[in-house]
Amino acid sequence: MRLSGRGVRCVRGGREIFSGLDFEASSGEALAVTGPNGAGKTSLLRLIAGLLTMAGGSVDLDGGEAELTLAEQAHYLGHRDALKPALSVLENLAFWRDFLGGAAFDAAESLAAVGLDHAGHLPAAYLSAGQRRRLSIARLLAVRRPIWLLDEPTNALDTAGQALFAALMRDHLARGGLIVAATHAPLGLVARELRIGGPS
Amino acid sequence: MTALAALIRRDIQIALRVGGGALIGVLFFLTVVVLMPFAVGPDLALLTRLGPALLWLGALLASLLTLDRLFTADHEDGSLDLIVMSRTPLELACAAKALAHWLAAGLPLVIATPVLGLLLNLDATATSAVALTLLVGTPALTFTGMIGAALAVTLHRGGLLLAVLVLPLSIPLLIFGVAASQAAISGPLSFGAPFSILCALSLASFVIGPFAAAASLRHGLD
Repeated sequence: MRLSGRGVRCVRGGREIFSGLDFEASSGEALAVTGPNGAGKTSLLRLIAGLLTMAGGSVDLDGGEAELTLAEQAHYLGHRDALKPALSVLENLAFWRDFLGGAAFDAAESLAAVGLDHAGHLPAAYLSAGQRRRLSIARLLAVRRPIWLLDEPTNALDTAGQALFAALMRDHLARGGLIVAATHAPLGLVARELRIGGPS
Repeated sequence: MTALAALIRRDIQIALRVGGGALIGVLFFLTVVVLMPFAVGPDLALLTRLGPALLWLGALLASLLTLDRLFTADHEDGSLDLIVMSRTPLELACAAKALAHWLAAGLPLVIATPVLGLLLNLDATATSAVALTLLVGTPALTFTGMIGAALAVTLHRGGLLLAVLVLPLSIPLLIFGVAASQAAISGPLSFGAPFSILCALSLASFVIGPFAAAASLRHGLD
C-alpha cells in the first residue's frame, strides 16, 4: 500500500497555504509533517482525509481496498476529540466502534490498552485533557484502519502516555499500517519528515 | 445497519440525559399552549376554533427550539468529521440523526397533545385529529428543519438564522395540518383530502431533507 501526493495545493479563505507539495509513504512507514504554526499541517491532514477540497494536485492510494475511498480506510485523530460529555467513556468508545464498523478489538480491551480501564463508567465530561486524548486513541485501536492521520497526537499526553502511544504506533506500522502525523514533538519512532512552510 | 442503529441510539441517549434538551421542547410546548387561554380570554367557542392552530404553532416552535443543535454539537466536538469520513453514506447518517431527533423531541409533543387539548376546550374527536396530524406532520418539520440546521452548522449563533430559514419551508405543513384538523372538527371539507396532502408533504421531506442536508454539510465543512 502506498500513499502519494503530487503537487498538492491548498487554498483557504482565498489565501494560498501551500502549493506544489509532494510526499510519499508506504506500508510500515510513518510520515512526520512538520513546520511552523500556520504552515498548513492540519490542512494537509484534512485534505488527505477528504474533509477539505484540494485546490490542485492529487493524493492517491495504491494497493488499498479498491471499493473504498481513501477517507474510508483512514482514521483521523484531530484536535477535537469527538467525545460526548453526557456519555460514559465506554459508551463513547462503543458508539464509534459500532458506527465505524469493522471492529478489531473489544471496547473494554481497547480501553485497557490505553490505560483507561478503571474509568469505563465515568461520564466523559469528567475526563482530563490527557484522558480524553487517551480515549480518542482507544478509538484507533477499537476499529482497524490501515491509515492513521494524526494531528498533534501527543498533545496533553504525559510522558508515560507518549511512550505508550509510540509503542502503539510502532505496533501499527509493524502490521503494515501507514501513519501521517502532524507534530512538533518527536514521535518516538523512525519517520520520514515532510516539512511545509519556511524555516521556523 | 449497525452503524445507523448505533447513531440513533447514541443521539437518543444524549437527548434524554441531563442537558440533552429532549424535555425542553415539551416544556416549551406546554408553556406556550397554557398561556394561550389567558391571552384569548374565557371564550370557550373561540378557544375551540383556535385550538388546532394554537397546538400546531406551539409544536412548530417547540420543534425548532432544539433543532439547531442537531449538527452543531457534532461539528463542535469533531464528531461530524468522523461521520463524514465513515463508510456510512452521509445521507443515511443525516436521516438517522433526524429520526433520532424526532423520536426524542418530536414524539413527546404528539403524546402531550391530548393533555393540552383539554386546556383549549377540544373534544375527543378534535384532539385525536390534531394529534394524528401532528404525528404525521412533526417528522416533516424535523426533516425540513434539518436542511436549515445543516446550513447553519458552521455559523456561530446559527439558531436565529435557522428559524428564518426553516419557518417559511414549514408553511405548507402548517396550512394542511391545521386544515385537516379543522375539517375533522367543523367540516365542511372531508378530513381525508388535506390529510393526504400532509402525508405527501411528509414523505417528500423524508427524501429531500437528508440529501439537501448532506450536500450542505459537505459543502460547509471547510
